[in-house]
Amino acid sequence: MNLNLTLIGQAISFAIFVWFCMKYVWPPVTEAMQARQKKIADGLDAASRAARDLELAQEKATQQLREGKEQAALLIEQANKRANQIVDEAKETARSEGARLITAAQAEIEQEVSRAKEELRAQVSTLALKGAEQILNASIDGKAHAELVEKLAAEL
Amino acid sequence: MAGANPTPSEYIQHHLQNLTYGLHPDGTMGFAHTAKEAAEMGFWAVHVDTLGWSIFLGLIFIFMFRKAAKLATTGVPGGLQNFVEIMVEFVDQSVKDTFHGRSSLIAPLGLTIFCWVFLMNLMDLIPVDFIPTLFLLMGVEHMKIVPTTDVNATLGMSISVFFLIIYYSIKVKGVSGFVGELTLQPFGKWMMPFNLLLEGVGLIAKPISLALRLFGNLYAGELIFILIAIMPFWVQWALSVPWAIFHILVITLQAFIFMMLTIVYLSLACEDH
Repeated sequence: MNLNLTLIGQAISFAIFVWFCMKYVWPPVTEAMQARQKKIADGLDAASRAARDLELAQEKATQQLREGKEQAALLIEQANKRANQIVDEAKETARSEGARLITAAQAEIEQEVSRAKEELRAQVSTLALKGAEQILNASIDGKAHAELVEKLAAEL
Repeated sequence: MAGANPTPSEYIQHHLQNLTYGLHPDGTMGFAHTAKEAAEMGFWAVHVDTLGWSIFLGLIFIFMFRKAAKLATTGVPGGLQNFVEIMVEFVDQSVKDTFHGRSSLIAPLGLTIFCWVFLMNLMDLIPVDFIPTLFLLMGVEHMKIVPTTDVNATLGMSISVFFLIIYYSIKVKGVSGFVGELTLQPFGKWMMPFNLLLEGVGLIAKPISLALRLFGNLYAGELIFILIAIMPFWVQWALSVPWAIFHILVITLQAFIFMMLTIVYLSLACEDH
């Protein structure tokens, strides 16, 4: 272990290595590390923000779903009510139509009956007149007796 | 190697000698062949192996980290970038915990110290005869591949740190503040010489202890590996494997201690009382 020039050589190379490290190694590496740290921090920040956004969106979606359901229920109820109403109206219409038809039919029937009676009456009066004509076999003035026969027929 | 079948002490001495290049006493330049020749070269000699390996390892560190720094993205990091970032983060955290001033030098300094010292210590785990034998085949007599087992290497670094301590002391406190710190405490101005002695020893002890701690640990570890290597080959694994596994802890710890103490010393230098 002799002390010699090696000592100074070592000191010089040491100084050069330190200088090089200080100038060309340390700054880029630490800069890259700091930049990455910032990037990671930003990323984490963005992630937490996104999570919050997602939460809000989910809340909103749930609310909209609930509103939709409520609206649908309301619509169904209204539709049901309307359907019932329509059925009731239809029933009512049908009933009144039926009643009207019955009344019309009865009126027609009565009309028919009275016409038949009228016809019958006329025929009876003619028949009676003819019968009387033949019975009497005399020249009875038809016109003179027609009034009598009509009176008779009206009593039928 | 000294002879075909060296004695254990020759083997150990051979392994502990650096490849020294310098001026022989007879006036010629060349490599020292023996420890005595190396010692005779005095201060104006160079340990070629120490410098070569430490610069080689430093370049590995620099190129690896520079590559990661060039390719650094803010997106998903790859394997190399991940590793480099872990190291940077680790050193940065250590510096932030200890050093409260603002300096763009301290953290890269810490990173360089930790990685470089770690790599130099790591050479200790390569079996002691592999690379020296390889170099012997190429005609190089001595090859110590662990730069931190050379006190010149550790002292070179710690003296650099020492100058930084003085630089920061003067920068933060001013010349008068620094001199005052050395002379006016702990006993007040009437005990100035005594204070200077105390504080001066404390100041000088910092780089010395920094260097000798690292050197001592690694030198001892290397010596034990060498001692294990003298044993019969069939028993070596039983000792070298546990020692190597334990040494993984030592080399990391020593690199960390060197870095941490550097940061602590510099933060003390920057602290204003």
